[in-house]
Order: sequence, then C-alpha cells, then structure tokens
Amino acid sequence: MSLGLQASEIWQGYGDNEVLRGCSLDLKESGIYVLTGPNGCGKSTFLRICALLEIPARGKIVYLDGGRSLQHDISLKRRITLVLPRVGLFNESVFGNVAYGMRIRGLRGGEASGRVESALEFVGLSHKKVQNALTLSSGESQRLGIARALVLEPEILFLDEPTASVDEKNTVIIEEIIQKLRQDEKCTVVMTTHDRSQAARLAGRLFELKDGRIT
Amino acid sequence: MTSIIDSLSRALSLIVHLDRELMGIIFLSIKVSGTALVIAGLAGLPLSALLGFRRFPMRGLIVSVLNTFMGLPPVVVGLFLYLLLSRSGPLGFLSLLYSPSAMIIAQSILAFPIVASLSHSAVIGVDPVIKQAALTLGATPFQVSLKVLNEARYGIMSALIAGFGRVMAEVGAILIVGGNIAGYTRVMTTTIALETDKGNFELALALGVILLAISLIINILLHLFQKKGMAGANR
Repeated sequence: MSLGLQASEIWQGYGDNEVLRGCSLDLKESGIYVLTGPNGCGKSTFLRICALLEIPARGKIVYLDGGRSLQHDISLKRRITLVLPRVGLFNESVFGNVAYGMRIRGLRGGEASGRVESALEFVGLSHKKVQNALTLSSGESQRLGIARALVLEPEILFLDEPTASVDEKNTVIIEEIIQKLRQDEKCTVVMTTHDRSQAARLAGRLFELKDGRIT
Repeated sequence: MTSIIDSLSRALSLIVHLDRELMGIIFLSIKVSGTALVIAGLAGLPLSALLGFRRFPMRGLIVSVLNTFMGLPPVVVGLFLYLLLSRSGPLGFLSLLYSPSAMIIAQSILAFPIVASLSHSAVIGVDPVIKQAALTLGATPFQVSLKVLNEARYGIMSALIAGFGRVMAEVGAILIVGGNIAGYTRVMTTTIALETDKGNFELALALGVILLAISLIINILLHLFQKKGMAGANR
C-alpha cells in the first residue's frame, strides 16, 4: 500500500451533539477495513472527514506516501474516492457517469473508454451503459457509484453504507464486488455499515464506533 | 365576418407566397430578439451561477430585485431608455435612438432579469449531492460549478426560452425607442399595431399568425425542457 492514512483524535459535532469524540484510525496495509456501529453514531461523518469532504472541529487527517506527509490538495484528492450513500448520479448515460472522473482528468479516447467498459463489467452494468443513469434502481445506482469510483483506480476507496437502501439481490452483488476488491493490493477499501453480520462477512479488519470513539 | 375571412385568406396568401415585406419584418424581429437574448444570456447566466455558488453580502437583495424586474413594464423601460438615448440625454451622443441597436438594448433589459432569475432557480434547484459527488470524483471547484450548471441545463434552457418568448411578444419598449421605421426598425409586433391602426388587416393578421406559431413553438420547447428537467429531479 503506497498511500497511508492516519486519522488522529478526530472531533466533530453538530450543535450540541458531539458525534465524534477523539476517533483515531491508522491505515498502513491494504485490505478491507469495516467501520460498524448503529445509525447516527457518526460513521458517515468520520468517513467524510477521512475522505477530505469535511473538516473536523479538532484532530488531524494525515495522508502518507513513503513516510512523507501529503498536502490536502487536488492531486491527493484524486488518489482517494468516496461513494456516498445517496450516490448523486448525473443526468446522463451510465457510461457518461463513469467517464466523468476520467474527463475531468483530461483522459479521453480509446484507453479511457476501455477503462470505463471494464469498470461497468466489473459491477455488472455493461448492458445498461447507454441508459440514462437516473432510470436505474437504487441497487444499480450504488453499483454504478462504485464503478464511477473504481474507474479512477483509487488507492483508498471509501464506501459509505453501500447496501443501506439496497434490495437483497443487489446487496449480494455489492458484497461480491467488495470481496473481489480484496484481491486488489493497490486499492484499500474503507467502508461503513450498520449491519454487523455484513461487517463480519467482509471485514479484513473490523472497527466499531461507539460513544464517539473507535474501538 | 366576411371581411375577417377575406383578410385571413389574404394573410395566408402572403405567408404562402413568402411576401418580401413580411419576410423582412420576420427576419428583423428574430434578429433583434435573438441578439437581445444572447446579450441577456451572456450577462444573466454568469450572474445566476455567481448567485447560486457564492455567498456574499447583498446576494438576497440582488435575487429579490431580479425577481421583481421579471415583471418590468416594457413601456417604462422604453421611456427610461428614450430619455437616456435622446439627443438631450446622457447617451444621446451615441445616436442610437430609432435604430435596431436601441431595440436590442431595450429587449436585453427586459430579458435579462428573466434569464438570470430563472437560471438561478435552476442552479439552486440542483441536488446538493451532485456537488459532493463531483468533489469525491476529484473535480476542482471550477469543474464542480460546471457540473452543477450542466445538471441545471434543462432549467437554464427553459429560462432562455422564456426570455425569448417575452421579448418576441414585446411591443411597448421597442415602439418607443425603435420608432417603427419601415424597412429599418419595423418588427412583427410594432407592424401589427401600426397596420391595425391603418385598417390593413392582412399584413397584421399574417404577422399575427406567424407570431402565434412562434409562441406555440416556444411554449412546446419550454414544456419539453421543463418535463425533461422534472423527470431528472423526480428520479
């Protein structure tokens, strides 16, 4: 794993409600890290902070590459990706959604198309590539969100409750996709779930967020 | 009743035979209103984006003013513009009064609040998760803004079409600053007003039919874009 993450003593709250009270996490090795805990305990907040989408009230997020601390700039942000629980699909084709991240990096043409096709195949959505993404079911939307992230070959992939609003069939498919990522040593997966049995099935390392702290 | 039918049949004959005067008037109308729309769009779209993406003092006031000015009375715009552009006015040296340029300025002023305000509504109507999704995929702030504008495209198109509809049907302001000069500043609406006064109903009716057809096309387009936008929002 070339990109490491150290989250130290993260505090965050909304009004009087302090959801995170000194959460720490250290990612040094690739694998699947699962953060579990009941709904509303702050898992998503912690993940968003780790993915640099939110700034914590206190504490530090440090990304390391070969022992060197990295600036929180766009080049670092392009090495990590977060798939949100509400994916936020764009009003364009399934293919266009996956290609978006490549387009904004200036990647076009045959090689880019090939990567998009592979990502869609990986999540089992190749047959829907010309369809408008907004017509997909919630399970398919989540799979498309994962393809949209994977095509960018992130070194750390954050998945926030990827099966929370998904039917049983798609839950199985998404779990299979996550299991397949286990073999990819270049990509570390950090996911949250409130489902303890799912956490046990998928986790290489399992953490629990309880009373604002990770145990 | 017979005279209405006679006038209508002669009006249709003018349309079918592509009467030169009729075509000239239609061409000038589209040119004036089209140019005004481009100007209103160039000013209104960046403003709508700025209002949608940035928080700054007086932002709410600007939005309220734009909303108020959507119903700006055309004759009032014409009057103020006339005072500005007349020989004794502060912009009299430009010699723009009674020219197509003055008409374009008047129509731009009328279309601008409509384009800016409706586009702003479209931009702020985009689901905030779109912005976050673009950020998670590595978009820069500028790329995020472009993505949000892209997602608001149907609403923005509706705003442009609504602006075009407003200026195409407008008569008060352009009559005051354009002067209705034959072959130079005479457009569809001012011709209808003039020819009706003269009792020459065939040309007025022919232009009325064309104007109604244009209005119908504009409304169909508006409906289609709003339907597409709604479909996206509801999914």
